[in-house]
Amino acid sequence: MKELFPAKQVIGFVFSLILTAVALTVYFLDMSFEMGITILLVTAFIQAALQLVFFMHAGESEDKKAIYTNVYYGIAIALVTVFGTLLTLIWGYM
Amino acid sequence: MEFFERFAIPHPSPLIYASMVAIGLTLIAIVIGITYFNKWGYLWREWLTTVDHKRIGIMYMISALLMLFRGGADAVMMRLQTAVPDNAFLDAQHYNEVFTTHGVVMIFFMAMAFVIGLMNFVVPLQIGARDVAFPRLNAISFWLYFAGAMLFNISFVIGGSPDAGWTNYFPLAGTDFSESVGVNYYMWSLQISGIGTLMTGINFIVTILKMRAPGMKLMKMPMFTWSALITNVIIVFAFPVLTIALLMGTFDRQFGTHFFASTNGGMDMLWANLFWVWGHPEVYILILPAFGIYSEIIATFSQRNLYGYKSMVGSMVIISFLSFLVWVHHFFTMGHGALVNGIFSITTMAIAVPTGIKIFNWLLTMWKGKIRFTVPMLYSLGFIPLFTIGGVTGVMLAIASADYQYHNTMFLVAHFHNVIIPGVVFAMLAGLTYWWPKMFGFMLNERIGKWGFWFLSIGFVFAFFPMYITGLDGQARRMYTYSEATGFGPLNMLSFFGAGLMAIAFALIVYNVYYSFRHSPRNVGMDPWNARSLEWATQNPVPEYNFAVTPVVNSSEAFWDSKKNGHQLFKDKITKIHMPNNSGMPIILAGFFFIFGFSFVFSIWIGVIVSALGILGTMAYRSFENDHGRYISEEEIKETEKEYGGAK
Repeated sequence: MKELFPAKQVIGFVFSLILTAVALTVYFLDMSFEMGITILLVTAFIQAALQLVFFMHAGESEDKKAIYTNVYYGIAIALVTVFGTLLTLIWGYM
Repeated sequence: MEFFERFAIPHPSPLIYASMVAIGLTLIAIVIGITYFNKWGYLWREWLTTVDHKRIGIMYMISALLMLFRGGADAVMMRLQTAVPDNAFLDAQHYNEVFTTHGVVMIFFMAMAFVIGLMNFVVPLQIGARDVAFPRLNAISFWLYFAGAMLFNISFVIGGSPDAGWTNYFPLAGTDFSESVGVNYYMWSLQISGIGTLMTGINFIVTILKMRAPGMKLMKMPMFTWSALITNVIIVFAFPVLTIALLMGTFDRQFGTHFFASTNGGMDMLWANLFWVWGHPEVYILILPAFGIYSEIIATFSQRNLYGYKSMVGSMVIISFLSFLVWVHHFFTMGHGALVNGIFSITTMAIAVPTGIKIFNWLLTMWKGKIRFTVPMLYSLGFIPLFTIGGVTGVMLAIASADYQYHNTMFLVAHFHNVIIPGVVFAMLAGLTYWWPKMFGFMLNERIGKWGFWFLSIGFVFAFFPMYITGLDGQARRMYTYSEATGFGPLNMLSFFGAGLMAIAFALIVYNVYYSFRHSPRNVGMDPWNARSLEWATQNPVPEYNFAVTPVVNSSEAFWDSKKNGHQLFKDKITKIHMPNNSGMPIILAGFFFIFGFSFVFSIWIGVIVSALGILGTMAYRSFENDHGRYISEEEIKETEKEYGGAK
């Protein structure tokens, strides 16, 4: 019976509900813009990782290595693009 | 009548009217020709509905050659216009449209199509697969590309061409400065063909990762397949940026948003930024497959194995990552500080290192080799010195402080043609000649091919080297004319002469196809070049199922091993083979996309809605369609193999 119970998925589901609740506090509680956007960004990225691992089964097949390599590569490119753009157009702009 | 007024050209000229007539007559001639020879059925069954990667590859390459003609004609017009000072052949507006069209057609519809066409044809053969992972998707990719290309190509006779350059910088490309529908054409044709390219990227990554022959580990893949894998990874990561930038641009132009406006909180430089975030990786999407082709050809015709296999792979991986770190070097002069320019200067120069490694690897492959000077090898040999010159001027441009002198001059134009023509175009022609017997079962004539090579190379040198000098002397790019006092006249005339030689080269290359089709012997056998990699282990032209028996591989040069070292490629017996069915759905879907794009360009909303329903309907149909493919029976395979004369 223990093997049949999808414990991992249930935990993941509960976890994603908690994250959603935390994100909702931004709307219901009175906080500064910076605080709110930080909470939203952090919960959003954890949520995305959660979905990928628990519900899209990223680590469960033979292609584990290829999938994670792709994900990390994608994250690296996204970070470079976003922060490179900020550097070019805002921080480093004369 | 009012409805049709929007289709009028805003800036007509006799040339355009002549083109309209020519296009009309050509279309009529094609329709009459196909009907007269009763080929509609054949065309539909064998080509338009095919999902065979080889035929899709060939269709890509035919389209690419057509686009090469279109873009080449534009190039000759530009060189003719600037051949003498104060020329009045084209006016400023017309010249703007011509260079914009030239750039877009050559990059998106010629070079990309040629690269993807060769990948389509060669990669499944090199890894011993029967087709790509998603054959139907592959057909959709091609037809979306084709729809996009056609949409772009009709712009100059219906509604007017885009005229803001192939880089399409805002705010010039916004509605304030580009009032005609031209830039809408740019947005939608690139959007549609870009979706196709993105799907190709996914398709080939899966194909290469999942469908290799038994024994072919990643580090035992032929070099062209490696380059294709890396290229497609870059496609998947770079193209979404273009998709979004185009969408934002479309919103700005057609729905009044202000993403790229200089007012209302918009940021005009953001377009240039996003365009090059995609645009610089795009450069490597074009050049890496070319590197792969050269690696195959140089190894084959030096009759040695490729020097430094691991460093070749490693340098491509490094290039793929660095290609995302350099985009700001396209706009060093646009107002960021020394820190930003310094960072991107250094990353740009860093890319020269892995590229240099590859150049040395090719040279060392040839070292002490028995070199055969065939046409593909000539292109590869011409590539090395010419491309190196282009690379060196690239490093010059990478020096941010010096770039203030070079920026937007003919020096830059000379540089990127210097890397793209000997890099990409030479590679495509070399690859086409090299794999031609695999596609059609006969060789291209060597003598005419060599004439073509020399005309192209010498023409290239005459056309582009003078631009380095005029550029340093201050001739700006995209200027439709100049005064005699500038002294640019003679060198530009030399450029025009070079362009003429290149046009002759193109004619020779096309004539070579015709000549060889008529006169070349058909008994070339399996291995006309004494080649090394797996694609040569099957018949010429390749049968539908590629390999009668799945090959077993133990090195990157499996075919060479089977010839020289007694490796047994085919261990199993012939059994029935499962193949995908043809489908008319991809071409119909792309037809809807074409109508969608065309209606959107002119904001004809009823057309947009109807074609969008058509697109969704076609996709829904696919979801409920039951298509399990078909089997080619054992007898049929044996019969085919016997016809080729090689029962295994």
